Amino acid sequence: MILQEQEAIDKAVEAITGDMGALWITIAAVLVFFMQAGFTLVEVGFTRSKNSGNIIMKNFMDLAIGSVMFWAVGYGIMYGSGVVAGGFFRTSPADQGYFLFSASDWYNLFFQTVFCATAATIVSGAIAGRTKFSTYLIFSAVLTTIIYPISGSWYWPFDDDAWLNTAGFIDFAGSSVVHAVGGAAALVAAILVGPRIGKYVDGKAQAIPGHNMMFGALGVFILWLGWFGFNGGSQLAWGGDDTVGATSVIINTNLAAAAGAIAALFFTWFKYGKADISMTLNGALAGLVGITAGCGAVSALGSLAIGLICGVVVVLSIEFIDKKLKIDDPVGAISVHGVCGFLGTVLIGFFALDGGLFYGGGGKLLWVQTYGSLAYIVWAALATFVVLFILKKTIGLRVSAEEEIDGLDLHEHGVECYPEHISSQNN
Amino acid sequence: MKKVEAIIRKSKFDEVKKALHQIEVNFFSYWDVTGVGNEKQGHVYRGISYSTSDIQRRYLVIVVSDDFLERTVNVLLDTASTGNVGDGKIFVSDMIEAYRIRTKESGHAGIN
Repeated sequence: MILQEQEAIDKAVEAITGDMGALWITIAAVLVFFMQAGFTLVEVGFTRSKNSGNIIMKNFMDLAIGSVMFWAVGYGIMYGSGVVAGGFFRTSPADQGYFLFSASDWYNLFFQTVFCATAATIVSGAIAGRTKFSTYLIFSAVLTTIIYPISGSWYWPFDDDAWLNTAGFIDFAGSSVVHAVGGAAALVAAILVGPRIGKYVDGKAQAIPGHNMMFGALGVFILWLGWFGFNGGSQLAWGGDDTVGATSVIINTNLAAAAGAIAALFFTWFKYGKADISMTLNGALAGLVGITAGCGAVSALGSLAIGLICGVVVVLSIEFIDKKLKIDDPVGAISVHGVCGFLGTVLIGFFALDGGLFYGGGGKLLWVQTYGSLAYIVWAALATFVVLFILKKTIGLRVSAEEEIDGLDLHEHGVECYPEHISSQNN
Repeated sequence: MKKVEAIIRKSKFDEVKKALHQIEVNFFSYWDVTGVGNEKQGHVYRGISYSTSDIQRRYLVIVVSDDFLERTVNVLLDTASTGNVGDGKIFVSDMIEAYRIRTKESGHAGIN
């Protein structure tokens, strides 16, 4: 009799804990959803005003298209139970309803959808100001339908069929799965699209200052806020040990962002003689991307160290890509998401409390982290190259020089973003 | 009647406005302009140093009676100056007529 009562109580507690987890994931997903606004504001702020409307439309529509495509196809490829090509990707038996999703874990679909949209929107910033809108929409649809879900299936279902999971790879919330994939796609896209007109004169990089640092800063505030959902929600549960886990992840996330901002601030202050606004903002994002993989595996002190490293590296990387490689990335997306995504994943090999080199774990984890992250980068780069190469040969990647100089708002959308640009008639 | 146009540093605007009020020049218009001059401003944006000769200044247009001209110009010369390159310029030209819309007065009565 007592045993039966105990069983009933255990069952009820389990049900409540499960519900709390689902609630937490839903709230976290809402926070991640809002990161789209942050990405939009950073990109608008760091570029010229004549392209603002185009940037709004890109960030707005990759979320919309991604939401539909990931529900319809992407989620099945990433989380389906049918394993294809030795675990290269997945499908779902029709009765499971993963394509045109109709299973019952809706909160997980929602959570994963907004992550997928994040990966897509990273690319937008790197090719701002010269890319054809239609080309971007097609690429964004392919990324959210196929590219991101395929590589996502290698790890995040957390089962035996996910080859990076069985290898012992650690990427808690997606430094590689989301950010390095977006960053690598951004790199290839920026190379194929080419620099903005006037960015390189006689082979020398020119400054094309962004038009609104307030938007840039508000965008980073929103991203920083959203990241508590991005990383904290990736605990995928709430209650008991999971509450401690999720909240420690949130603290680690906050510390890394703060350390990234501090590192970038003092590094640029020392280097340029002035406290650089846009680089400091990038520094916070670099810390956030860097800690995304390890926020569940490293200590608070480790998070601080990862944030500091990423905050310095992002500045060096932005300058190197801009001046030496001569790849035009107006917002620093390749450095923030690609370079720091890779770096954050690899640094777990040093800082992981369990298995890290600094904690006596030897080099095994470091090796797994390195090839795991590289697998994501190589996959995203190759797939992006194929898609954009086809688009280049068919509809083209760039707008005409005239459209670019006048601004994409006018030619792609027929209206300008700011009221003072619009004809003063009736004003 | 004369039109005095002055391009001055934004940082000197409040001082100039106050000095103009003191000599009872109470009516003028101004707007912010971008121009090219001898001064170069150095900037660093995302690690790239660049200098620009596109300078931000404030443009004042003051219409005065002939007997107000000298003190108006003197006030501008004194208060808008820092002694550095980029202090600005003053242009004086003839103004044919001025009207006050409310009272339909013209000439001196039209501006003061």
